[in-house]
Amino acid sequence: MEKKVLFEIKALYRDDFRVSGFSFGHGEKAACIVGSMRGNENQQLYCCSQLIRKLKELEAKGRIHEGKEILVVPCVNPYSMNIKKRFWSIDNTDINRMFPGYDEGETTQRIAGGLFEAIKDYVYGLQFASFYMPGRFVPHIRVMKTGFEDVELAKKFGFPYVLLHTPRPFDTTTLNYNWQVWETKAFSVYTTSTEEIDRASARQAVESVLNFLRKTDVIDYDGFEGYVSKVVSTEEMVTVRNRTAGFFEGKAGAGEHVRKGQVLACIADCYEGNVTDEICSPADGTILFAHAEPRAYQNTAVYKIIPEKDEW
Amino acid sequence: MIETVVQVDLPVDETLQIRKMRLQPEDGGNGRRISIVTGIHGDELEGQYVCYKLSDYIQKNIKYLAGTVDVYPALNPFGIDSITRGIPAFDLDMNRIFPGNTEGDMNEYLAAQIVRDAAGSDLVFDIHASNIFLTEVPQIRINELHRDRLVPYAEEANVDFIWIHGASTVLESTFAHSLNAAGTPTLVVEMGVGMRITQAYGDRLFAGIVHLMKRLGIWEGEDFDVRTPIVSADNEDVGFLNASVSGIFLKNVEHGAVLKRGDLIGRIVNPLTGTVEDEITSPEDGWLFTIREYPVVSEGSLLGRILYGKESSV
Ligand SMILES: [Zn+2]
Repeated sequence: MEKKVLFEIKALYRDDFRVSGFSFGHGEKAACIVGSMRGNENQQLYCCSQLIRKLKELEAKGRIHEGKEILVVPCVNPYSMNIKKRFWSIDNTDINRMFPGYDEGETTQRIAGGLFEAIKDYVYGLQFASFYMPGRFVPHIRVMKTGFEDVELAKKFGFPYVLLHTPRPFDTTTLNYNWQVWETKAFSVYTTSTEEIDRASARQAVESVLNFLRKTDVIDYDGFEGYVSKVVSTEEMVTVRNRTAGFFEGKAGAGEHVRKGQVLACIADCYEGNVTDEICSPADGTILFAHAEPRAYQNTAVYKIIPEKDEW
Repeated sequence: MIETVVQVDLPVDETLQIRKMRLQPEDGGNGRRISIVTGIHGDELEGQYVCYKLSDYIQKNIKYLAGTVDVYPALNPFGIDSITRGIPAFDLDMNRIFPGNTEGDMNEYLAAQIVRDAAGSDLVFDIHASNIFLTEVPQIRINELHRDRLVPYAEEANVDFIWIHGASTVLESTFAHSLNAAGTPTLVVEMGVGMRITQAYGDRLFAGIVHLMKRLGIWEGEDFDVRTPIVSADNEDVGFLNASVSGIFLKNVEHGAVLKRGDLIGRIVNPLTGTVEDEITSPEDGWLFTIREYPVVSEGSLLGRILYGKESSV
């Protein structure tokens, strides 16, 4: 293992801002794994730390294939992590809205640009990503439909689901999108949580990444085979919304199989406690995402369900 | 008459309302409409003064009003109330969620209802104030996709500068783009600085709005003279000055300064060591239409923008 500084900025009063990378093996730039980009992405940072621990062991045992190099970047934004701020410390911009970056631009454009320069030539690009809404996920792989996406490859992680996502305007400045534009096979890995560390799903994610690296001939690894992934497009998913605002009392969680008409959650009045809305499942299926905050605003997407298909 | 554009119930004993003032002659007027919109970014307050001044002026001279004036002073009331640029609780830039979705979450729903309400205006002004970091001369920014339709209006709006910029996918989710794409001409004004009100700029824009109301047949009262703006359609004309080092920026000139090549724009100093880390000079002759207001900079922070080859401003 070799630790190297991929990008650096000198600060006025803080320690230098550094993006560090950990490389394993030598040769072709085979796979790059990126962790937290926002200050609240503890789970994504944790996943990378566990992956680095495993890769160190595998490297010591000579399990990284000759002529292949793996780079892990556990954190793109230590500054925001250390002051517990989600976005960039001074101007609140999001590094994951700045790709491919620009080395003569604003600070976060330079960070994105500096990182991208270091990671754009890898064959495979994996990012431990987080969702903008607070909640819990069934671990899955997300692939953006850019015309360069590779769904068959996404199945090699062995996650239960591969989600195909049509990019919206703001997605065009994310790392995943730009990786694909630069012809890296890019995948976003979603685990259960973001702020809280969920060890079980982190372990599953690390195993899946190692599984992927084995199936793509980057490492030797004797891990679990994984699931036969189901491919679902985000358009097929059913979004369930609450009609009233109030306390959110979830009765079903991510990963649960539910029946049409089953009560998923109740909304209760914040002052008087009476139930103001009962949220029922509109379909048979599996809960991919479940809201996880004490309260909910009106019309929040509190559940996302993968509907069951006859042919499954 | 104050109207509620859209409202939603919040969890704890509060209703979020986005409201507007609709000014009309008693008979309802001639059907022509101008909409003045501001407050998408909660830390940009320059438009507050313009809304107040215009509303006050029209109400005191209502007999000259021939059409409809809709004034929307606060599209992001939570942001304005909490000195937050985006939508608090969601950490979301409101100007990245348009045109919204009536079936979507609270913010998407609000965005969709705002667009529905403003659409069909003969002209919309969307007033911004840069941000808390930069001070700008009064200017209108136009996406090149909409230049033919918008430049004739912008030239009459009494601003110093019209900046026609390249199309960008990210900007497709702005309020102005959504309306322009739907056929409602919408001008984006940037002027002054965040968290402050520059009344002189507000007065200028006010005069421009009244002048355009006159041109559109909405106003039959007094007209105001407007200045001829500089129009830049070539991105090569605009130079960006970014900080080479982190430090404290001390400006040497004000925005609007006419610069000769080599003129000192400002310095970046280090108060800990007591040293000058960099001196920023003008790379060419030009006109400084943006300057850094907020002193703390990190490497890359924008310090200013220069329009090259325009030695004399307006
Ligand atoms: Zn703004």
